[in-house]
Amino acid sequence: MGKTIAEKIFETHLVDEPFGDVSVLKLDRVFCHEITTPMAIQDLMARGKDRVFDPDKIKAVIDHVSPAKDSKTAQQGKILREWAIRHKIKDFFDIGYNGVCHALFPEKGFVRPGFVIIMGDSHTCTHGAFGAFAAGVGTTDLEVGILKGVCTFKTPQTYKIEIVGELSCGVYAKDIILKVIKDLGVNGATNMVIEFTGNIVDEMNMDQRMTLSNMAVEAGATSGICLPDMTTVDYLWEFIKDQYKTPQDALKAFSKFRPDPDAEYAKVKTIDVSDLEPLTTFGYRPDNVKPVSQMLGTKINQVYIGSCTNGRLEDLRIAAKVLKGHTISPHIRGIVSPATPKIFSQALEEGIIKTFMDSGFCVTNPTCGACLGMSNGVLAQGEVAASTTNRNFAGRMGKGGMVHLMSPATAAASAIKGEISNSNLFCEQGK
Amino acid sequence: MKEFKGNILFLDRSDINTDEIIPAKYLTEIEKTALKQHLFEDLKLDGFNPEMDIKEKAVIVTRENFGCGSSREHAPWALEVNNINLVIGQSFARIFRQNMFNCGMPAIELSKDQIDSIFKGFKNSSANVSVDMEACQITIQSKDQTKKMDFQISEFDKALIKIGGWVEYADMHY
Repeated sequence: MGKTIAEKIFETHLVDEPFGDVSVLKLDRVFCHEITTPMAIQDLMARGKDRVFDPDKIKAVIDHVSPAKDSKTAQQGKILREWAIRHKIKDFFDIGYNGVCHALFPEKGFVRPGFVIIMGDSHTCTHGAFGAFAAGVGTTDLEVGILKGVCTFKTPQTYKIEIVGELSCGVYAKDIILKVIKDLGVNGATNMVIEFTGNIVDEMNMDQRMTLSNMAVEAGATSGICLPDMTTVDYLWEFIKDQYKTPQDALKAFSKFRPDPDAEYAKVKTIDVSDLEPLTTFGYRPDNVKPVSQMLGTKINQVYIGSCTNGRLEDLRIAAKVLKGHTISPHIRGIVSPATPKIFSQALEEGIIKTFMDSGFCVTNPTCGACLGMSNGVLAQGEVAASTTNRNFAGRMGKGGMVHLMSPATAAASAIKGEISNSNLFCEQGK
Repeated sequence: MKEFKGNILFLDRSDINTDEIIPAKYLTEIEKTALKQHLFEDLKLDGFNPEMDIKEKAVIVTRENFGCGSSREHAPWALEVNNINLVIGQSFARIFRQNMFNCGMPAIELSKDQIDSIFKGFKNSSANVSVDMEACQITIQSKDQTKKMDFQISEFDKALIKIGGWVEYADMHY
């Protein structure tokens, strides 16, 4: 019987199967940030076990609140910083070099097909875009990961989602994943791994695949995996060129972690996106999704472009294309947060940052900030945001606030109009 | 082993997410006890008053997909510091469920029929629950009735509860 990607990765990383109930897997990477790691560090210290299993496999960043906004966040940064220094974790990214973890770590080349990765952050599933099994965990799993380099997972069932058809212009990976979440529901893939396949995914670049994998958790999935291919190899080539003679050799090695043709899936769903329009959320659940065309005229107070979902270079390019030559509505607060210093710097070189500033956007440093209502753009009671982020839970961007999730193109267009609006990049197929 | 019994807090809704259990703005706390007064302060549930309703409750009974959203272990910690060591529901989000057992606290899944019958029979009375982890049985009691229900739990999850959590288990085995 053939195997899915997750089954292949589990097989190559299995350490133990206690009682036959769960799989204890060997970890290739433990990613850490300053919100969920300090409690793990403190607990290890309290237990007299302040050690790390392998400083080269641990990567750490201060990203959620940077620069620190108060004494408490400063203290969290301090605990992580001192720990990284103490244990010689050389890949530690502090202010000036830091960015949103799920954009920064791929950009640094830390992810490979077939890797098992954990982080104390639910959007760790983003790294599945590279053909890795990457999963968000809590602080205790993180703590044991740091100390022992292992983590438990139930043997996952795989949900294969084939995304096929021909995408209309102005419709993006964000619209596709919102469609997937709408169809599956917030509980539709709980305890499952999603394999994203189909011609649309094959044609996506890595930025787009990361947007897709990023929100797999919003359907309850443990991980959202894309099949490694030449696009994956090309993205990683600068980091792996010493290991493989040619990109074809790398592709051959990575292809071990593609599913077998006769793999068995718990569920299979084909979604034809040919008629897909730009989508947005309403209400407080990520599966409350409607076409933007049905939400036109919804008044907004703030537009936020950034985050691990949509703060990458391609996202900024698309938003800038919409904004070019326009100014945003006078009552709108526009905030853009390039996800990493490299993205920021490239956006500067390409004139994207100037376009944002000329249109009336505030440009912040790379940080998670506003997405989870911690800093850099918290909403007031009763305010509404159009946002390229991943969660619209009640209170997510500020107590009493409402969040509408959407693509960067839709967010930029909504900023200009002052209300939810389709971008002029959207043209319906065949019309 | 912690105590897994006491008065029930009924949360009659599905998909209660971790932002509702403990809002992200309190993730800057580095002491669990600081989370105590903020449990469920953003919960969207008609008639729910966190200050009144959480008091003296030790067990949550809820519906589907409890604990979805963020991976924050602050969610089970916020329960723990309020002396709520047990959650009974129809289903749980993966990370929340694993976080509970990792902390040595059970998240017990019952069928839709079982959950329906608990809500129907006990929601409007003051009820309490106790758990026999070995026999995999819960006992729900109110003034007028007592009901016993069987549940399933893996041997591994049982071992985590017995030993106090994943750190203790991993320490012994890996």
